[in-house]
Amino acid sequence: MTKTAKESLSPLDSRSRQLRQLVIKALEGGGRGHLGSSLSLIEMVRVLYDDVMSHRPADPRWEGRDRFILSKGHGCLALYAILADKGYFPEAELTRFCRAGTYLGGHPEAGKVPGVEASTGALGHGLPIGVGMALGLRIKQSANRVFVAMGDGEINEGSVWEAAMCAGKHKLAHLTALVDYNKIQSYGFTTEVQPLEPLADKWRAFGFAVTEVDGHDVAALRQALAKPDAEGRPGVVICHTVKGRGIPFAENDPNWHHKSKIAPAEIAAMYAALETV
Amino acid sequence: MRKTSLDTVHELARRDPRVVFVGSDLGVGTLDAMKREMPERFFMEGVAEQNIIGVAAGLAMEGFIPYVNTIATFLTRRCYEQVAVDLCLHKLPVRLLASGGGMVYAPLGPTHLAVEDMAIMRALPNMTVAAASDAPEMKRLMLQSLDWPGPMYIRFGKGGDAVISNDQEGYAIGKALLKRAPGEVLLIATGIATTQALKAAEALEQEGISCGVLHMHTVKPLDVEALATLLPRVKLAVTVEEHTLMGGLGSAVLEAVADGGIAAPAIKRLGIPDAFVKDYGSQEHLLASFGLDAAGIAQAVRSGLEGRR
Repeated sequence: MTKTAKESLSPLDSRSRQLRQLVIKALEGGGRGHLGSSLSLIEMVRVLYDDVMSHRPADPRWEGRDRFILSKGHGCLALYAILADKGYFPEAELTRFCRAGTYLGGHPEAGKVPGVEASTGALGHGLPIGVGMALGLRIKQSANRVFVAMGDGEINEGSVWEAAMCAGKHKLAHLTALVDYNKIQSYGFTTEVQPLEPLADKWRAFGFAVTEVDGHDVAALRQALAKPDAEGRPGVVICHTVKGRGIPFAENDPNWHHKSKIAPAEIAAMYAALETV
Repeated sequence: MRKTSLDTVHELARRDPRVVFVGSDLGVGTLDAMKREMPERFFMEGVAEQNIIGVAAGLAMEGFIPYVNTIATFLTRRCYEQVAVDLCLHKLPVRLLASGGGMVYAPLGPTHLAVEDMAIMRALPNMTVAAASDAPEMKRLMLQSLDWPGPMYIRFGKGGDAVISNDQEGYAIGKALLKRAPGEVLLIATGIATTQALKAAEALEQEGISCGVLHMHTVKPLDVEALATLLPRVKLAVTVEEHTLMGGLGSAVLEAVADGGIAAPAIKRLGIPDAFVKDYGSQEHLLASFGLDAAGIAQAVRSGLEGRR
C-alpha cells in the first residue's frame, strides 16, 4: 500500500522551510496567489533543481540543460522561489509578484522570466510541449531530460492523455512527468469533482514507467527522479502531496487553492506557522 | 496545392536540417518519400490535434521548424488554445498547413468546412495568414516560409486549381500582387477567389467596365500600402473571399481603411453570410450559391456601380 503524505507528515527541514519563506514573501508582495497549489510542489522543484537537473542559472538557455516545464502554471510561486534561490533573478523581484511592471506574473511566462521554459497557465499544455522537446532532443542526439509537472486537476484535460499516448508510442525515456497529487482541485476534492483512480494503472496503460512517492519526501523524490527508465519508457512520478503543506491552517483546505486580498496579519501567521512544522 | 506544399516540405527538409513534418492521421502514402529518407524528422501522430500543436511547439523550442498538416477546420477550431498559447504567445516558427480551406469539402458538410479559419487565426497576435491562388504560388510561398518569423497559417485550395500566377510577377509574403490594373473598379481577393475575380474582371471589360484585381494572398500582415495607393483611384472596391464576412479579408480591408485614414471609395464585401453552410454538392456550386463565382462577382460590381458612373 502506498504511503501517502497525509499519513506521514514528517517535519520539513530548513531548506524546505526556506523555500516556503520565499513563497510567502512573493505572496505578501502580490497580496494574492495560489498558495496551496504552490506549497505542495516545493519538494519537487527543490529536488529537481538541487539534485537532479543539469542547469546554469547564469545561462538559462544553455543547450546542455535539462528542461523543466511547470505545466500547472498556477503553482508558479514554487517555481519562482527555486529560480530566485538559484540566482536566475534577484530575490527582491519576488516582492513585486503580480504587480504592474514585474516579470513575475500569476502564471509563468517564457521569454520574461529567466529559467522559465514555456508559458503556462492554461492547463494541459505542458506535456505535449514536453513531448515535442523530448523528440527534438532525440533528433539532436542529446541526453538531456525533460521534466513536466502537472496538477491532479490538470490531468482532467484530454490533451494530457493525447500527449501520454504519444510519449508512450515514441518511448520517450528522457521525458518524466510529475503529478502533484494533492487530491484537491479548485472546486474541491478530486474524488468528488473528477476521480482519477486507478491513476497509476492509467499511466501504465499509456506506456509509462510509474513510481509513486510521498511528494514531500526529499530522499524518495531523489531516488525516483535520478535516472530515466532502464526499459526505455517515459516516466511518471505520482507525488502524493498535501495541498498547502507547511502552513497547517492552509493544509488540505480547498479554500487555500487561491487567495486574494491577503491581509498582513495572515502573512505574519504564515511565517509563524511555518516554524512549527 | 496540397501536394505541392507537402512536396516542398520535403524539399525544404533536404535543404535545412531544422525542418520537420508533423501530421495527424493523413491519407495513405502522404510524404512517404520524406518518411523513408528522414524518418527521424517525420511524425504522424494520430487524431490528436491539441497534442500535435503542443509537440510542434516543443520541437520549435528546440530549434526546429515544424510544418504541421491536417484538415483546416481541425487545425483551427479544435486546438485554438494551443495555437494561441503554444505557438503565438511564444512566437514560434511553426507552419500550419491547412488542407481544404473554405468550402473544398462541400460534400462533407459544415463540420468539414473552414469558413472562419482566417478570422480566428488573424485575431491572434504574431500569426501570419496566407492563402495562395494556385500550386505554383503555393510553391513560392512555401519557399519563403522557411525563414519567416513566427507562426504561419497557410490555407490550401482543393488541388488542381486553375493556375493564374506566374514566375515573372514575383512573390513576397505580405505584399499584395496587382494582377490587373484598376480602372473604375478594384476587386480585392484572396486564395482561389482571385481566380473568380479575374474571370469577372474579364467579363466586365467586355461590357466597358474596367476592373482591376488585387490578389491579397497574405491576409495578415495586410498590405495596407497597396490599399492606400489603389483605393483612392477607383469608384468602387469589392472584396471577395471564400470565407465568412465576419473577420476575414473584407473586414481587414475595412479596418485598414478606417484606421489608416485611407480615402476610400464605396466598398462592397462578398463572402459567406453569418450562418452555417446548409447545402452540399461541389465547391463550385456553393461558391455560386453565395455569389462568389465570376458571375456573382460581376453582378455585384454592376449593382455597386449604379449611380456612381
